[in-house]
Amino acid sequence: MSKRLPTHGRLIDRSKRIGFTFNGKSLAGHPGDTLASALLANDQMMVGRSFKYHRPRGVVASGPEEPNALVNMGQGREFEPNQRATTTELFDGLISRSQNHWPSLEFDIGGINKHLSRFLPAGFYYKMFMYPRAFWKHVYEPFIRQSAGLGQAPRDRDADTYEHFNTFTDVLVIGGGVAGLQAAKAAAQGGARVLLMEQTAHWGGRAPVDGGTVDGAPVERYIDQTLTELKAMDNVTLRLRCMGAGVYDHGYVLGYERLGDHLPGAEGPRHRLWRVRAKQIITTTGAIERPLSFAGNDVPGVMLASAMRDYVVNHGVAAGQRIVIATNNDDAYLTAICLKEAGLDVLRILDARDSGGGPLMNAARALGIRIDCGRAIAKVGGGRRVKKVQICAQDGLGGALEEIACDAVAMSGGWSPVVHLWSHCGGKLTWDADQAHFRPDPDRPPTGADGAGFVRAAGAANGYMSLEDVLADATKTGISAAKAAGFKPKRGTTPKAEPTLQAPLEPVWLMPRDAHAGLRSKSWLDFQNDVKVSDVQLAAREGFESVEHTKRYTTLGMATDQGKLSNINGLAILSDALGQPIPATGTTTFRPPYTPISMGAIAGEARGEVFQPVRRTPMHDWNAANGADWEPVGQWRRPYAYVRSGETVHDAVMREVTNTRSNLGLLDASTLGKIIVKGPDAGKFLDMLYTNMMSTLKPGRCRYGLMCSENGFLIDDGVVARIDDDTFLCHTTTGGAEHIHAHMEEWLQTEWWDWQVYVANVTEQYAQIAVVGPNARQVLEKLGGMDVSRESLPFMAWADGRIGGFDCRVYRISFSGELSFEIAVPASQGLAFWTALHEAGQEFGVMPYGTECLHILRAEKGFIMIGDETDGTVIPQDLGLNWAISKKKDDYLGKRAQARSHMTDPTRWKLVGLQTEDGSVLPDGAYAIAAGRNANGQRNTQGRVTSTYHSPTLGRGIAMGLVLNGPDRMGETLEFPGTDGTLYKARIVDPVFYDKDGEKQNV
Amino acid sequence: MSEPISALNHARFDGIADIAEIGLQGMITLRGDLAARAVKSAATKATGAAMPGANAISTKDDSGLCWMSPDELLVLCPYAAVPEVLAQLQTALAGSHALAVNVSDARAVFRVSGPAAREVLAKLCPVDLSPAEFEPGTIRRTRLAQVPAAFWMVDNETFQLVCFRSVAQYVFDLLCVAAQPNSEVGVF
Repeated sequence: MSKRLPTHGRLIDRSKRIGFTFNGKSLAGHPGDTLASALLANDQMMVGRSFKYHRPRGVVASGPEEPNALVNMGQGREFEPNQRATTTELFDGLISRSQNHWPSLEFDIGGINKHLSRFLPAGFYYKMFMYPRAFWKHVYEPFIRQSAGLGQAPRDRDADTYEHFNTFTDVLVIGGGVAGLQAAKAAAQGGARVLLMEQTAHWGGRAPVDGGTVDGAPVERYIDQTLTELKAMDNVTLRLRCMGAGVYDHGYVLGYERLGDHLPGAEGPRHRLWRVRAKQIITTTGAIERPLSFAGNDVPGVMLASAMRDYVVNHGVAAGQRIVIATNNDDAYLTAICLKEAGLDVLRILDARDSGGGPLMNAARALGIRIDCGRAIAKVGGGRRVKKVQICAQDGLGGALEEIACDAVAMSGGWSPVVHLWSHCGGKLTWDADQAHFRPDPDRPPTGADGAGFVRAAGAANGYMSLEDVLADATKTGISAAKAAGFKPKRGTTPKAEPTLQAPLEPVWLMPRDAHAGLRSKSWLDFQNDVKVSDVQLAAREGFESVEHTKRYTTLGMATDQGKLSNINGLAILSDALGQPIPATGTTTFRPPYTPISMGAIAGEARGEVFQPVRRTPMHDWNAANGADWEPVGQWRRPYAYVRSGETVHDAVMREVTNTRSNLGLLDASTLGKIIVKGPDAGKFLDMLYTNMMSTLKPGRCRYGLMCSENGFLIDDGVVARIDDDTFLCHTTTGGAEHIHAHMEEWLQTEWWDWQVYVANVTEQYAQIAVVGPNARQVLEKLGGMDVSRESLPFMAWADGRIGGFDCRVYRISFSGELSFEIAVPASQGLAFWTALHEAGQEFGVMPYGTECLHILRAEKGFIMIGDETDGTVIPQDLGLNWAISKKKDDYLGKRAQARSHMTDPTRWKLVGLQTEDGSVLPDGAYAIAAGRNANGQRNTQGRVTSTYHSPTLGRGIAMGLVLNGPDRMGETLEFPGTDGTLYKARIVDPVFYDKDGEKQNV
Repeated sequence: MSEPISALNHARFDGIADIAEIGLQGMITLRGDLAARAVKSAATKATGAAMPGANAISTKDDSGLCWMSPDELLVLCPYAAVPEVLAQLQTALAGSHALAVNVSDARAVFRVSGPAAREVLAKLCPVDLSPAEFEPGTIRRTRLAQVPAAFWMVDNETFQLVCFRSVAQYVFDLLCVAAQPNSEVGVF
């Protein structure tokens, strides 16, 4: 059984007890525990079940590499799945539940899958779910969806807040072990700004557990001293609980800081995503111990040797009482010695090497531990926890020589440098045959814009495994990084560590070497996704040669731990099966993040009210207070209609249309784009941008214009006013202001850079109000101050003046067909002017109107709307707008494109009006059907509806559409099948439904 | 005319930094060749401020010149003085190719102040805000979360920030989130 020891536990505070729950059971731990150490202290050896076979799973590691101990944490708005118990700091009141079991962890129905494992081989999904085809939708997919994923998805909104932080540094050091501390110090002493990140809550990494002496004192002393020095330096920033998550191009790095995970309920953000721009990056990310592949290596109680040592030294927790150790290297002897000194029974060390280990082995033997060389584990017995171990010769098929009862197994297969961050941005690896691991190839680092490397690895992450080598490498790397960042550091001093002598490791990828099929099918590589040695071998037999393909076929390394424990062992098995050396197989791609980071941290502040910018006009609050039913237009919110109590939205729209046509309507048109174009070449410039002629416009007058892309498609429209000889004001659509401004700048900066034109976007300088309806002039005359008579301010003229005491510019333009004035006032006067118009307009029947009323008014008049009649494939000629295309100009943007054969094709669908026979409203976007069917068996079409409304003015449905040969087919009836099953019939008519001669606007 | 009202009418928030919308500021966009004598002379005479270099702002009393791009300045002056300054610029530039236009109402202006002011902005903007790199006299046009903005330092603990008027509420809300209590980063 696992339990708390009376001694050891350098990180825990035994004077305090804190309570937590696991699957509803109340348990206790100490501050300084991780959830994993606290579970083990309570003999909770089984902590979850695996993904595919639902096998019992126990804690196997002590850090971010943990594949098994994943829990659902918290509840309600604090709920979060897939939290690693090994990196979760224990806090009072922590609530955790195990995952992937039903109905309970102890009795799990899905566990039956393990008995079906013969039928669930590698590539099972691809083989099983192919046939019969019809089963996919109704049988297979629902089944897969139900079993997909380990944890549950949260149901409630996250209660916490998150944020980003942008920072810049000369040298970023990722990993706060001795290598990181030493590299940071060396770089900082060279003058560089240094940021050092450590993912755990403690500095020093593994060194305090592994021991050793530096400059004659214990390594802890070195750590404390170096920290003190670093803290005293102004150019050094230190962050704990901050993981280097990903390295990207040009020295961009994401750091993931966990501020509140261990302090639930504390004020402030829970996570902070650091967005770092570093000139140089040093990865001192250490190394991860590899498991050994033997039958039953997944039974709870089988643990990495280093993890078992960690739990004793750091948390005073024993993973078992009677322990068997299997190893292929000397490091596991440190565990044996540590366990023995903690008073635990180390029953046997099975060293796969015939000649055994070096001085550490002798030290272990001196403590009375029995060591068997050339021996291996044939099989671990036990279901929910380890019960016994069968011992065999490493060089054999796995015939058991002996069986010993035990309650825990420590395994060590050697160490792999954590090369993830080195590799994220393209750093290459080299195979170190002596240590049997991939390490960074210093000649092939990730390179920046200058072609030079910007990431350096140091210490264990660079393949140096002794304290002596680690410190030397870190010093050298810190200095070289500072140099590369532009500093001139002096030669640093390296503290001297006492050398350790170790016998060489012997690669062991399968235990025993020639394990028979029965053992291989119980030898786990990937604990979370249930990938075994036999699965990878099967994939190789089936022709999967690429490690990337094998990964996806077997799901090796595709679980939430991304194969931190399984990848190297898996690709070694694959290499062996393919009969090629390991470097020929290579690794899979390392992708960020290093471990999963929260969605909240990625979103940062962008949630709730500030999820997205909402653009507000000066009249926004008035609109909101007066029943606005909002419509998003770009990032603006515009009132769709002003709904009164007792009205539906549709009622409100009908009322607004009728009132505007018969009395007086006010539209908040502030969102319309307004761009000043000025310079001696402004007229020439606008002649190129618009299809019609703008240079002939007289100051004081307005002209409607169309803008096309280079490909001839209509992109924007609006009224241009000429302010003076050199200056024009171009109105754009609401959604078009920014990109038309950018479009103008692009042409001026890249093509016509020698033209003397400046543009400025003044959209938001003005609140603009359309005063519309038969009473429009009366209300302005009542406010007074400016002559707005037909004679002084005729249709398509503009003038500056004062109305009701407001400085304004009045445009006599109409998008409604009514007498209409669009009046611009400074934005900070907008609300006051809007209010003044409402007050003055009471006697004239004033009402505000929204965008839907605007749409109906324009549709009644047959005016097109960008985005309705256009969709990026429509040219002005399709819309019968030939009158707005100048024949006199040599060129304009889109002219050449509009001469292409497809653009001049007479069968292009063209704009017409559509009128239903029964007065109903055509469905928006409906297609007019034609005889016959196309190659796909669909009905042929001959047109489609682009705008459709109920017109209260005419008392029936009106629509516009693009129809094959439409303008030549007036009076013909088309059929439009609706998605409601109704067949709508509509006649082709002129698109101008109302006041064809324009008498109402020209009064 | 009625009393002009700024986008948020002097809204305030106190968190790890003080956030305040500071009302209307006179602003004129001046586009022209910044190396041309006429442009330099018009801008400096209208404000009394020296011509700023790239990424810099220079001020004189209530007025100032902000470098926005190689052919654009933002001219600062009291809100009420805009018509006068604009007329002065237009007269001075009558013979030159230049554009001067009032944008005072198109903007909202905030003040972010306090010891953590640098951190509040660093949470939202990809800008090196360390004292060594950003000091009074520096101006940056940048991205504030999802919208464009520009800011400069009035003194070592105070930023003045300009954004478009329509997103004033969004920017205020953003600054409040970034200045939420207990969110100090402790880097600068």
